[in-house]
Amino acid sequence: MKWFNAVVMLLFVALMLYATTGLPDHADPQAPANKHVSPTYIEDTIKDTHTPNVVTSVLADYRGYDTLGETIVIFTAGLACVLILMKRNGNDKATLSKHNSSDHM
Amino acid sequence: MIKQHYQSIIVQTICSLLIPFIQLFALYVIFHGHYGPGGGFQGGVLLAVSIILQRLYLGTKISYQKFPPKLAMAFAGVGLLIYGLAGIIPMAYGASFLDYGSLPLFWVHGAELRALGILIVEIGIGLGVFGTLVLIFDNLVGERW
Repeated sequence: MKWFNAVVMLLFVALMLYATTGLPDHADPQAPANKHVSPTYIEDTIKDTHTPNVVTSVLADYRGYDTLGETIVIFTAGLACVLILMKRNGNDKATLSKHNSSDHM
Repeated sequence: MIKQHYQSIIVQTICSLLIPFIQLFALYVIFHGHYGPGGGFQGGVLLAVSIILQRLYLGTKISYQKFPPKLAMAFAGVGLLIYGLAGIIPMAYGASFLDYGSLPLFWVHGAELRALGILIVEIGIGLGVFGTLVLIFDNLVGERW
């Protein structure tokens, strides 16, 4: 079984390596990914937003919805930390020990 | 648990000297995001680091008086609220969600207004990240507040 898994993994690696030969070159300006919306962003960022930094204009303006999601994710992570770790004012220890003792019964 | 402040004159002096400069650099990173590397996330982390450094060298008792943990929670919420309002207010003026060109700031127009909208959103992100990170630190330290 171990050898079968190894052979399957090797075949998979070979398939993936073969697939990479069909990918465009790194930073190829004629690649499909670089011909769709990227030229518009790079050329129009000064005209549209007066922001020389294209990264900022894409992050906060063209793709503002995505960044809103990221901020919500961070905020939700903080809220989760508060809800899990916050020391509550009630006597948790008493209720916890009672619960444990009832379990042992 | 950090009860008392750190008993070393070198640490106290260096930290109290460093914190204003860290905060100034954080504001620079937030407000300079239009022209160089930086932005709300990085600047917010730097602001949070300044408060966490204060927590570490002053101890929680004094540091909680200077910057209460509940204020961090408020900052996180207000930051997200600023971002959400920057998205929703243009909808009231007939534009689409997060279209800063329609924010009701009537002394700027067009592309300038969009640049200003980006700045507002970056400030919102910065406050949100700042509040969230300080909040996570305060809860991980485990001091009751």
